Amino acid sequence: MSQSISSRNIKSALAPNPAVGGQNNESSNSLGDFIQETLALTQRLFIQLQRRPSTLIAGIIQPFMWLVLFGALFSKAPAGLFGSDLSYAKFLAPGVIVFTAFSGALNAGLPVMFDREFGFLNRLLVAPLSSRYSIVAASTIYIIALSFIQTAVIIFASAILGAGLPGIVGLSAIALIVFLIVLGVTALSLGLAFALPGHIELLAVIFVTNLPLLFASTALAPLSFMAGWLQVIASLNPLTYAIEPIRYIYGHGDWAINSIVMNTPWIGFSFGSVILVLLGFDALILLAIQPLLRRRFA
Amino acid sequence: MAAAVLIKNLRKSYGDVPAVKDISFTVEPGEIFGLLGPNGAGKTTTIRCLCTLAKPDRGKIEVGGISAIASPKAVRQRLGYVAQEVAIDKVLTGRELLKLQAALYHLPKKSIGDRTNQLIEVLGLQDYADKKTGTYSGGIRKRLDLAAGLLHQPEVLVLDEPTVGLDIESRMVVWEFLQALREAGTTVLITSHYLEEIDALADRLAIIDQGVVIAEGTPSELKDKLGGDRITLRIREFTPYEEAEKAKYILESLPFVENVIVNTVQGNSLNLIVTSGQNSLSKIEQSLSEVSLPTFSLAQSRPSLDDVYLAATGKTIMDAQIAASSSRDLKKEKKQQMK
Repeated sequence: MSQSISSRNIKSALAPNPAVGGQNNESSNSLGDFIQETLALTQRLFIQLQRRPSTLIAGIIQPFMWLVLFGALFSKAPAGLFGSDLSYAKFLAPGVIVFTAFSGALNAGLPVMFDREFGFLNRLLVAPLSSRYSIVAASTIYIIALSFIQTAVIIFASAILGAGLPGIVGLSAIALIVFLIVLGVTALSLGLAFALPGHIELLAVIFVTNLPLLFASTALAPLSFMAGWLQVIASLNPLTYAIEPIRYIYGHGDWAINSIVMNTPWIGFSFGSVILVLLGFDALILLAIQPLLRRRFA
Repeated sequence: MAAAVLIKNLRKSYGDVPAVKDISFTVEPGEIFGLLGPNGAGKTTTIRCLCTLAKPDRGKIEVGGISAIASPKAVRQRLGYVAQEVAIDKVLTGRELLKLQAALYHLPKKSIGDRTNQLIEVLGLQDYADKKTGTYSGGIRKRLDLAAGLLHQPEVLVLDEPTVGLDIESRMVVWEFLQALREAGTTVLITSHYLEEIDALADRLAIIDQGVVIAEGTPSELKDKLGGDRITLRIREFTPYEEAEKAKYILESLPFVENVIVNTVQGNSLNLIVTSGQNSLSKIEQSLSEVSLPTFSLAQSRPSLDDVYLAATGKTIMDAQIAASSSRDLKKEKKQQMK
């Protein structure tokens, strides 16, 4: 203990001043406060990432291995099996993009859960946050940014492995789809982080959701390969609605908003209607987690 | 002027276990108020309700006249909270943590740098501020948490067991700092199960046991109310039992002596309770010398807060502490608090 508490200026430094911050501050406005606290909380997550980058590194290595290993698994499959003009590399890239974004988003609740368990969340809950949704907003911004980094790396790696590279409009459309699927799944995970008793339970939910949803989607094989009952499940799986339009973009340079990008056993979906389905999925999840968050944030 | 903190008929249960049954006390502006009691008495639950981390089952909580239940945000702005176990993000530096906290309390962006520096200096954290908090010792961590609690210049600083687990030097630093804080005009509410801590710091205190307040007042009020002074007498270094009994018989006949016990555990010394202000020591010495009994040592003391607790509950705080720590399921309590 080389330094002790300084008595210099101690009075002015410690005197109470109710005018500091929020309520009594004339210049305060709640939107400004919300932005300030959200940015500060987001910054914390990025400082953590910068000093502990292992999650991001693993999150980039893993999809790369999916691409290489699954690509090799089916590399001798008969030509035309995955669609008339699709190589398996081209077929696989959209599945890996969406699945990687989905897994990252599904884990979004873990840091919040650990903050709860270590008591750091209490530090946030005793602060006069303009809205406690800033905690949710910060995590969402962080996860979406991470997903974009991962997506960019996968697209780049797939291009090298022979999947080709969509045009700038195609890339923007992919970004929009990734954004929509990540938003919904992140919200779901954050909702669970506040609702479940601890990280063991959250991990259990992640384990039972993650891979089954991968195999019950069109990430690795087209609908036509599947048993009838699995086709039904895959056609209800939001991941499929994210994978198929991206796959269409990879396969067709001339796609448009009304191109039929996806055929379920019942009906075909155009690009526009797939986006609407994803928006609906997000809206549903955001509505569903409201009661969970309100219970914690009341 | 409204009370700095007003708690009235507070009740809070976790599941069907009542952590707080009925607690009321008032903290006046500018004072250091102590909540004294063994672990499990309900101190932390009371503080959690005050800091809006838990919703009371019933009762009134006000900070500066503002209800914590009706306007939690306004109350959060007025309180600084230093938790018992400091939760810090080990990856952040102290300065980064303070800046995060400053933003959460909406300090104007321009002043955050200056205010952070000011508190780093006041708490003597210059050498540590730019190191990761994971490298800090317990004392430094507590100082960082004090700085964090004071960034927004709160009217009331609430500290839950601030010196548990700290070495003596760090404890003294915290004590001195809290006294300086009171000088500067900040109200301090502190919980502790250390008698000396509350006795040394608190202007007033409430003693809590099993979820209820059993005494409230200034330390000297509480001790005076108990009445009498404590005298410890040793006739010889190791007194034969018969001699101690003889002395007891003689001393019991003195008008100002209220009670005499032969303490066989402490070498047959005699513990007396006497009426205060009677020049008791010389009178005791005199009556002993009249029957040719020597005096090896003779010490008079005021009753301690432990005596106050003992008189109300029939056990010492230390005993209650040991009993509580063996019967509590801390893991279960933590789970319930997370809900």
